[in-house]
Amino acid sequence: MASDVQLKTKRKISKDQWTAIAFLIPSIILIIVFVYGFIGWTGYVSLSNYNSLIPDFSFAGLKNYLYLFQDFRFQADLRNTLFFTILFIGAVIVIGMGLAILIDQKLKGESIFRNIFLFPMALSFVVTGVVWQWLLNPSTGFNQFLSVFGIQPKWYTDTNILAGFEWGSIEFGLPVAIISVVIAAVWQMTGFSLAMYLAGLRGIPDELREAARMDGATEFQVYWKVVLPMLAPITISVIIIMAHISLKIFDLIYAMTGSGANFVTDVPGVYMFETTFRGNYYANGAAIAIIMLLLVAVFIVPYLWSSRKGDQ
Amino acid sequence: MKKKIFGLFIFVVLALFIAACSSESSGDADGKTDDAGKDNSEGGSDSKGEVEIFSWWTGAGEEDGLLALIELFEEKNPDIAIDNAAVSGGAGTNAKAVLATRMQGNDPPSTFQVHGGEELNKSWVAADKMEPLNDFYEENEWMDKFPEELIDLVSSDGNIYSIPVNIHRGNVFFYNIQVFEDNGIEVPTTMDEFFAAADKLQEAGTIPVALGDKESWTATQIFENVLLGKLGPDDYKKLFAGEIGFDDPRVAEAAEQFGKILDYVNEDHASRNWQDSAQLVANGEAAMLNMGDWAKGYFANDLDLETNVDFGYFAFPDTDGEFQVITDTFGLPKGVDNPDDVKEFLKVLASVEGQDAFNPLKGSIPARIDADPEKYDQYGKDTMEDFKNSRLVPSLAHGSAASEGFLTKANQAVNIFVTQRDVDNFIQALVSAAPEM
Repeated sequence: MASDVQLKTKRKISKDQWTAIAFLIPSIILIIVFVYGFIGWTGYVSLSNYNSLIPDFSFAGLKNYLYLFQDFRFQADLRNTLFFTILFIGAVIVIGMGLAILIDQKLKGESIFRNIFLFPMALSFVVTGVVWQWLLNPSTGFNQFLSVFGIQPKWYTDTNILAGFEWGSIEFGLPVAIISVVIAAVWQMTGFSLAMYLAGLRGIPDELREAARMDGATEFQVYWKVVLPMLAPITISVIIIMAHISLKIFDLIYAMTGSGANFVTDVPGVYMFETTFRGNYYANGAAIAIIMLLLVAVFIVPYLWSSRKGDQ
Repeated sequence: MKKKIFGLFIFVVLALFIAACSSESSGDADGKTDDAGKDNSEGGSDSKGEVEIFSWWTGAGEEDGLLALIELFEEKNPDIAIDNAAVSGGAGTNAKAVLATRMQGNDPPSTFQVHGGEELNKSWVAADKMEPLNDFYEENEWMDKFPEELIDLVSSDGNIYSIPVNIHRGNVFFYNIQVFEDNGIEVPTTMDEFFAAADKLQEAGTIPVALGDKESWTATQIFENVLLGKLGPDDYKKLFAGEIGFDDPRVAEAAEQFGKILDYVNEDHASRNWQDSAQLVANGEAAMLNMGDWAKGYFANDLDLETNVDFGYFAFPDTDGEFQVITDTFGLPKGVDNPDDVKEFLKVLASVEGQDAFNPLKGSIPARIDADPEKYDQYGKDTMEDFKNSRLVPSLAHGSAASEGFLTKANQAVNIFVTQRDVDNFIQALVSAAPEM
């Protein structure tokens, strides 16, 4: 009798599972073909000699990758991406968390502030790029106002590299021009991290803070020792989401600054677009795409790995 | 109920699978029925197919020109339908990306816009996707209607592959007449006079040369003109034919001179596109601008300036008697269903009537030498005269002199040079890209 029941439930579960699998199959097939299939195809092209309009799939080994890593423009792209990512993520976390803590002070009109900060997210990066291109234009934008104080920053046309030293064929250091792009990107994406931190703060029970205060913690200590550690998972999510945006960024740069003089604001996405669709260097373009994929994977894979462990 | 839905679902999935697996055969079947349908309609009403014209002419004057051309064609060939498949954006970049996908997928448009010269020869001609048009030229007696050097430009290995519809000139300086008069400057004809004028302007606090190199082709354009001045038309052509190397000392001299010109440009050049730089000249902040002569249309139509009153023009110093050609051409791709209809369109495009309908609106001059000058403004008339009497050379910055692969790398090298001014590096980059010309 008992075994009978067990058998029945077992069969029932497996039937449900079959339904689930059947419903999943179409999307799995589509994803296998249109995502993983094309990633594989891109990888294949990146190892070929397909560098003109005439298809040539003969095996080239790592030639395209070697070319890129010796190329001034690509080295500059990697440098720019590195500094853009660090500054962008850092600013989004600090400003987003700061604003979230301020808004969380149970002040009146909280939703108005929240919406004001969230609104830039509703714009596309292209709109942001065009707007900030004019705001930070050295001859039309903020400089009209700043000239009153006698300061004339060159913003994204500045070709200086801070703390630069020769490395490979480029000057390695912080390109001043990239800061302008970071400002625009932060303006757009801070609302998102603010929303996430706000949700995180709401998830921390008031009793915990009360308890800390009862134990004599100052307000600063309450945030530093209690609230911040509990926001760590949120910070990780913010880092991962922002990292994949910044490593793949294309539209903001393309609309705002282009490659920049001496490639000070160039990024791999822009290089890939130009070399593939203007220069017809398909294999080089594919190699850039694969490198971008690997860069993003550095962030995403450990995250997926840890969340998989969490599930188990 | 649940079972039914489940069964239905499985059926749909299976159907999808079967459809996917047999896509090739069903594709063929589709193709056949399509053809059959076409045959029927052609047999029935004697109506012909459709001609799809692929271009990136979506801007103000150029779109008007294209529409005028289409109107003329429809008047002459009422039974052939025209499909205007223009793709906007990126000065042709977007259109070229779409074109590449379609050509590689064996779905070519009936005819497409392409800059005459290596942009076509090193791409679709090399990929064996274009029909040679020699017989078509002979039939219509066009061989002496276009300048010989222009026909050479659109030819590869003795075969002609496209038909030029318009001509723009790249080695032109536009200048603000008021600024020149205020500073007592005569139009310079040599590089020495040019630099003397530039010094004078700089001392007077005016920006001598306006540049907007947010996209680096504008700087490449200056370099190619300096190069033309240094090498002369014959050696300039040899350079891009690979007969003279980029390590020739005159190329380095040209780079030095190019760098010297860059000393006179506006500081915020990297934040401007060419229109923004033209505005500097228009409002008198800067004196001169080297730009292809589409800038004339921008000065005259968009900025409401009067030619030869507010702004003037002169040939790039040291290149008088030479003509940096930028030409839009149309060819006939292989594998088009109705090549005869397309040829009808190409005939209209190549006719005096067609070129005179298109060019005054686009602001370019006709590629034919027997067009009617009365239809053009003073600048057009002057340029048509120059076009007849000058040596014609292909522009690098606009795709005629070298493949787009080389151009992309040359633009990168120029972008780096504008900031670093390292002549050796620059020459090295050009030399190493040269095999891809």
